[in-house]
Amino acid sequence: MGGGDSAGRLVRPFALTGGRTRPSRADFTLIATVTAVDPQPDAAARCQPEHTRILRLCAEPVAVAELAARLDLPVSVVAILLCDLLEAGRITVRPPRLVSRTAPDLDLLKKVRDGLGRL
Amino acid sequence: MAGSDVATDASSAPDTVKILIAGGFGVGKTTMVGSVSEIVPLRTEEPLTMAGLGIDDLDGIEEKRATTVALDFGRITISRDLVLYLFGTPGQQRFWFMWNDLALGALGAVVLVDVRRPESSFAAIDFFERRGIPFVVGVNGFHGAHPYPPEDIRDALAVPEHVQVLLCDARERQSCRDVLIALIDQLIATAVQA
Repeated sequence: MGGGDSAGRLVRPFALTGGRTRPSRADFTLIATVTAVDPQPDAAARCQPEHTRILRLCAEPVAVAELAARLDLPVSVVAILLCDLLEAGRITVRPPRLVSRTAPDLDLLKKVRDGLGRL
Repeated sequence: MAGSDVATDASSAPDTVKILIAGGFGVGKTTMVGSVSEIVPLRTEEPLTMAGLGIDDLDGIEEKRATTVALDFGRITISRDLVLYLFGTPGQQRFWFMWNDLALGALGAVVLVDVRRPESSFAAIDFFERRGIPFVVGVNGFHGAHPYPPEDIRDALAVPEHVQVLLCDARERQSCRDVLIALIDQLIATAVQA
């Protein structure tokens, strides 16, 4: 994978990524949250309309899956665009809360339980 | 790209956790997500044409012109600094690889079962058992009807004693909430024992 020309089939959403099908970093999982840096660094090249749309949508923290749904783009495409923005210093990313099977976080679980109880 | 000094945290962003809602096709996963979510369930789709697909898989899919696999999800804000996401997993188990991190880091899962065809949820139960991901079983009654007691369904599904089997109605917010609470209680019980 990776090379744009070897595959026979064209997948349209990946035209936005210049044919890249894999993100350069693994930070952008489904519930990682991204936030636009405020103020934005000086305008640089490489900001496509989709990048601008993402920046608008993540003015407040938003999960990657939510971004993808709102942009109507595959998560895999959004992750690649987010890599661009991260490397340009335009967004920050917060990884999901770590869940350990061997050492469960009792405080976290109780917090979730209380929150559900209030529904 | 320098890349070394990129910010990898945003202190204003909330912590996020997720629970998976799994089960066979048409068992009520998206209905359940919608019942408890604070937002109208969102959908994200992945093209099926990229990596990893065997030729056999593609053959069948192309005929149906289904070139994407959909994932529906919702959100529950637990507190100002903690948000819970609910992911209704793709009904066809073999497409789970489309989201490499879907099961990774999940608190646990709810396996929804349709009493009229419990076998359609076997694959989901296998999936979580094999990966050691904690789960509860929610028996979604057709039109809210529950012809069988939970113990009969437990036997039919052959799930171990420590896995709760609950009767529920995926259309009802309180009912779905109770299933999620049962999952968390099960996780707390395990954590206390540990």
